[in-house]
Amino acid sequence: MNRPPKGSAAPPPGTGVPTLPAVPPRSASVPPQRGGAPAGSPPPPPPPPTAPRRTAFAEGLDRLRAAAVTEPGRLRIIGALLAALVVAFGAVTAWQMHERSAAADDVLHRSQPLTSDAADIYRSLAEANTAASSGFLAGGQETEESRDRYEKGIRTAAEGLVTAAADSDADSPSADTITRLNRLLPEYKGLIERARTYNRQGFPVGGAYLRYANEKMQREMLPAAEDLYKTENRRLSADYDDARSYPWAAIGLGVLALAALAWAQHRNYRRTNRVLNHGMVTATATAAVVLLWLVVGHGVARSNLGDSHDHGVRSLNVLHDARIASLKARGNENLTLVARGAETKKVGDETVDAYDFDFGKNMDALGNGLARAASLADDEAGERPVTVAKGNMAEWKERHAAAREQDENGNYQQALDLVIGGEGATDECFDGVDASLATALEHEEREFAQAAGDGLDAMGYLPQGAGVLAGLGAAGALLGIGRRLSEYR
Amino acid sequence: MRARRLRTGLKGWGGVGAMAVACALAVLFALLLPLARADGGSDGTDSGGHGVARGGQARAAEECTDPEKQTLPPAGDDGPAIDEIRGREGERRKLIVGVDQNSYHWGYRDPNSGGDAELEGFDIDLVRRIAEDILGDRNAVQFKAIPTDQRIPAIQDGRVDMVVRTMTINCDRLTDVAFSAPYFRTGQQVLAPRSSDITGYDGTLAGKEICTAAGSTALSTLQRDRADGRLAEGVDLRTTVPNQLDCLVRLQLGEVDAVVTDGALAASQAAQDPTVELKGDAFTTEYYGVAMKKDADDLVRRVNHILVQWRADEAEGWQRSYERWLSKTMGGDPAKSEPPSPPQYLREN
Repeated sequence: MNRPPKGSAAPPPGTGVPTLPAVPPRSASVPPQRGGAPAGSPPPPPPPPTAPRRTAFAEGLDRLRAAAVTEPGRLRIIGALLAALVVAFGAVTAWQMHERSAAADDVLHRSQPLTSDAADIYRSLAEANTAASSGFLAGGQETEESRDRYEKGIRTAAEGLVTAAADSDADSPSADTITRLNRLLPEYKGLIERARTYNRQGFPVGGAYLRYANEKMQREMLPAAEDLYKTENRRLSADYDDARSYPWAAIGLGVLALAALAWAQHRNYRRTNRVLNHGMVTATATAAVVLLWLVVGHGVARSNLGDSHDHGVRSLNVLHDARIASLKARGNENLTLVARGAETKKVGDETVDAYDFDFGKNMDALGNGLARAASLADDEAGERPVTVAKGNMAEWKERHAAAREQDENGNYQQALDLVIGGEGATDECFDGVDASLATALEHEEREFAQAAGDGLDAMGYLPQGAGVLAGLGAAGALLGIGRRLSEYR
Repeated sequence: MRARRLRTGLKGWGGVGAMAVACALAVLFALLLPLARADGGSDGTDSGGHGVARGGQARAAEECTDPEKQTLPPAGDDGPAIDEIRGREGERRKLIVGVDQNSYHWGYRDPNSGGDAELEGFDIDLVRRIAEDILGDRNAVQFKAIPTDQRIPAIQDGRVDMVVRTMTINCDRLTDVAFSAPYFRTGQQVLAPRSSDITGYDGTLAGKEICTAAGSTALSTLQRDRADGRLAEGVDLRTTVPNQLDCLVRLQLGEVDAVVTDGALAASQAAQDPTVELKGDAFTTEYYGVAMKKDADDLVRRVNHILVQWRADEAEGWQRSYERWLSKTMGGDPAKSEPPSPPQYLREN
């Protein structure tokens, strides 16, 4: 805090009503001065005070000292402090609750949708890649369905990137990731289009392009999308924490204001034997209402937000992860057949097919995800799709094993039929898993929006209400003191 | 030839003398062996190979001048390796062969072949011929697609019975696997865009980026030539890919300036893209052979036996496959692609 060297801006001299900070307490009979000093530290008298300042300051001080020794003067001081306390309580409550409800609003309308968007980008990219490899497996004449799926995946990812870009701050790590993905997506699409064209002409270089595109997707794009998803998830957690942190400052000030009001009324009673002073009672009542509203409203909001997190966001995260795992597993399953053993990996002493190994890992992830989703699901509607997905997954594993056996025996065509052949093939099971997970996700989104919306509503009007009530309370305190004061006229 | 003449000559000197010479040779060879291995280890030209291969290279360089002749004479008899294949039961009674699925007209899957996933091409014809002979069913094959640098490990680990995948017979590889007699002649060639100023394997390559497949003869040849100072200045060899066809992708995307690979494969690449062409003549002579496990003697003899028949079969043999797959891209006259005839079988064991 820089002060101008010369006393051009002298500290405000004590005017009639000394709402001012800061007088070194002179008499023990005015304790509120000490505890209830409103914000702003007392300006210590500068070491070589210039003459006019000294006078002004000393004058104010003297007047305050003079006031403090007479009862009306003390009453004035007490009234001012009480009003200031109540106003401060209201202001801090309004401010803190505004912050919390803004954070809750962010959770509901910003960070959670963005997290879902990021998960959608990730999922759509994986879906497009899986569809592209399926199309390749099917030969030159890829089915309309696999083409549609691929196009839909690309489109959803592109749209998701636009939304994500609009909602991310420039310079943030998310913005970098989004830029990178925006650059890679057309590159990827270009490679796939070349692969398709060559495929149609019957040239194997189409397969080489597909491998190259797949490599780009697996090594650069999916990790970037995963990054984005994780960043958004962290932001969501931060917003949750902001919305759910206790407004300690407001609560503390509320308790203090009530205590000060009680003390003032007690003092009043001791000196005048009057029990009720309307103004003071109004002030006490409004402060108590604000404090109660604050504690209950925030408590309810906290609990609703907690619900939305535990039953909404956690379920959503688990379901997103499971869905992505199932997509990756499907992609690996296709690539096992595309690569035909070209990619191997050493596991211990054994050389295994790299894609089949990854398939196993992703299926395990899917299994774990579904188990957790089932334990998190809190109602019948949430549980049903997860159970269906589990059934599909079990069937998928069985059919996959049969397809692998055919492939191991050299019956490539049969293996292919068991993977992309439609009825009785693993693509049915994958579709089943994917559709049930989509249903489950929708359900959990709804539950989340409900609970988080309730939480937000519980804090609704609290900032405004606290402001208005605190104004009323302060007025009450002043009127109450004023009434006592008038008795001295 | 030389060895055979030597052996008949030795017979005339009598058994005792021959044995003494043989002993002396054996001792001398045993003494020289560690030296040769040390040499091989220090030359460090072949960064892609491992220690054994390098030692083998040096030793092989002394012993083997014509790697394509280092194979066993043909024989139609069964042995342990063939019995093992025949002993497979039920669905698994198949010949397991490592092939390529990316070499146009050699081993590839035609995406437009009507939805079936059959591999086809020149190499695949040969594989079916071998399966028919050994198992009596030309379809009793399990194809495994393997990348270029996995061909030798796949044989050594027993993941495949044999590799029929445009694999060049060379001295280096002979230390790790056994080869059949050659079935095709080719040589390294440069492939570049038509508009490129590269004219062949010469000074015009200076400062260019060249793509090769990891573990290919192209890469080892270029590395050797660079060490010997025969490669143009400033050539960048850092781009290596799992399969020669991936080089065409890099070339089309402008990431490299040229591709070096076997002429036969370069022709396949050029056939898929009319804007690239072969530049200059082949600068090496190489032969493709079928690679098998080093100790599978009966299988090697059997494959050589099959190759003799295949070459002789005018209706459904080598000639027919050449016409069907390669004449369009490599020219109607197969003379420059034909393997030596008759093949020589100089490997004694």
